[in-house]
Amino acid sequence: MMQESSGETNMIAKWDMKAQMAAGVVMALSWIFLTAPAQAADKTDAELDAETVTIVKRDFRDKGIAKIERLNQDDLQALCTKYLDNPPRKDQERLQTEQEKAIKWPADGKYMGDWKAGEKLAQSGSGMTWSDKPEAPAGGNCYNCHQLSAKEIAYGTIGPSLLHFGKTRGTSEEVQRYAYGRIYNAKAFNLCTNMPRFGHIGILTEAQIKDLVALLLDPESPVNKD
Amino acid sequence: MNTSILKGAFLVLAFAAFVTPAWAEGSASGEIAKYREMISDGNPAEFDEMRGEELWKKPGGPNHASMEKCDLGKGAGVVKGAYAELPRYFSDTQRVQDMESRLITCMTTLQGTPEKDITAKPFGGDNYKPEIESLVAYVVGQSKGVKMNVSLKHPKEKEAFEIGKRVFFYRAGPYDFACSTCHSQDKLRIRMQDLPNFNNIKDAQAAYTTWPAYRVSQGMFRSFQWRLNDCFRQQRFPEPKYASDVTIALTMFMAKSANEAVYAGPGLKR
Repeated sequence: MMQESSGETNMIAKWDMKAQMAAGVVMALSWIFLTAPAQAADKTDAELDAETVTIVKRDFRDKGIAKIERLNQDDLQALCTKYLDNPPRKDQERLQTEQEKAIKWPADGKYMGDWKAGEKLAQSGSGMTWSDKPEAPAGGNCYNCHQLSAKEIAYGTIGPSLLHFGKTRGTSEEVQRYAYGRIYNAKAFNLCTNMPRFGHIGILTEAQIKDLVALLLDPESPVNKD
Repeated sequence: MNTSILKGAFLVLAFAAFVTPAWAEGSASGEIAKYREMISDGNPAEFDEMRGEELWKKPGGPNHASMEKCDLGKGAGVVKGAYAELPRYFSDTQRVQDMESRLITCMTTLQGTPEKDITAKPFGGDNYKPEIESLVAYVVGQSKGVKMNVSLKHPKEKEAFEIGKRVFFYRAGPYDFACSTCHSQDKLRIRMQDLPNFNNIKDAQAAYTTWPAYRVSQGMFRSFQWRLNDCFRQQRFPEPKYASDVTIALTMFMAKSANEAVYAGPGLKR
C-alpha cells in the first residue's frame, strides 16, 4: 500500500481495508469453489485457464471503438484475475509501485479545477463502450458507483460514499495530491480495486481530473456544501 | 386485440411507476415490484410468446419445414421444460448449447435457413423483431413453473461450466472490469439499479429465472444472449459473437448456479 499521511482520517483507506478483508473471505470461498470441481473435470486448472483465454480471444469481435485488443490483459489485470483480486503481497507491492511511478502529476503543480465542470463529468456514465462515438469525450462515471453530492440520490454503491470528502479532510496540498493520484490511478493505492484507472488509461484528461478533485474538495462543491 | 394500445398502456403505467418519489427511499426494485403487481394479469412478453408459438408451428425457411421436430434436449418436439435443462451437451452437434445456439441448429438443419441470416441481426430494434427472439420467448415460456435442472454430468458440460466461471472473473478492457466487478458482492447498485451477486445462490436464482424478459424501458422482449451482450458493452469489452462458446460457457455458469429454483420467465424488467 502506498503510505498515506498518518494524521488523515481516511474513510477510503478504511473502506479498502474492509473491502480487502471481505474480498479475502470471498476469495477463500471462491478458491474452494474454483479448484474443487475442476478436479472432477478431465482437464487441469492450467488447461482450463489456457482454454478460457483461447475462447475469449476467439469469440469476441471488434465493434465500434471496442476492439478485440482490449481482451489482452496487462500484468495487473492478469494478476488480479488469477488471484481473484487478492494477489500475494510481493506481487501486489511490486505492481502497485509500478503503477504509482507511472502517475503523471500536473506540470503546473495545481490539482484543483472547476467543481461545476467536475459535477457534470461525475454525472456522465458514458465513454469507451462500443456504442460511444470515438470523438465523444468520456464521462467520469462517478455517480455510477459513489455517493457524492447530497442532492443526487441516484448513486451507486460499488465504491464508498464520497459525501463530505473535502469537509472531513480539508484542502491541504497533500490531500489535493492524494485525490488527484487516486482518480488518476486508483490501482496505485489498491492494486485490484474495482475503480478504473482514469488517468493512466487515458479515459480522462489532466484538466478533467482536476475538475473532479475540485468537486471532491472545494468547500463550495455540493459534495461539501450541504 | 389491439396490441399497440395495450403496449402503450403498459408504458404509461411503467412511466407512472418510475416517477413516484418513493424511489428515493430505496432502489428501483421496489417500484418495479409494484409495477409487476399492477400488471400481474399479463406481461407484454406474452405477445412474443404467441408470435414464437406461431413461428414454431408454421412451415418456414427454404425447406418449408416447421420447428416442431426440433430437439431441445428432451427429444424431438418436446418444448415443455426444455429451457430449464439448458445449456446441455448435444451429441449431434458435439457441443454444449444454450437456447439460442440450439434454435440456430434447428433453424439451419430443419428449415434450411443459413446461419448468417440468423446471426447477422439477432436482437430486436425499431420496427424489427427477429424470429429467433420470438422463438426464445415461446420456448422459455414453456418452462415456466419448472424447476431448473442443469446437468454437469457430461465432461463437456463440466468444462463449459469451468470456463464460464473463469470468464466471469476475467478482468480486461480499458476499465479493468470483469463480470465479478459488479456481480460478486451483495446488495450493490449502479445508480439505482440493483445488481445480482452471482456468488450468492439466492441472487443468482432470482436473476437467472427471470430472464429472458420484457424490458419496459425499451418496450421490447430481450433474450438472454441480449442480456449478456449488453453487459459486455457496459463492461467496455468488444462484442461477444452471438451464441458463441464464450457466451454459452458463461450462461452455463449462471444457469447451474440457479439450479433448484423454479423458472419464472419470461420476466419483466425496468
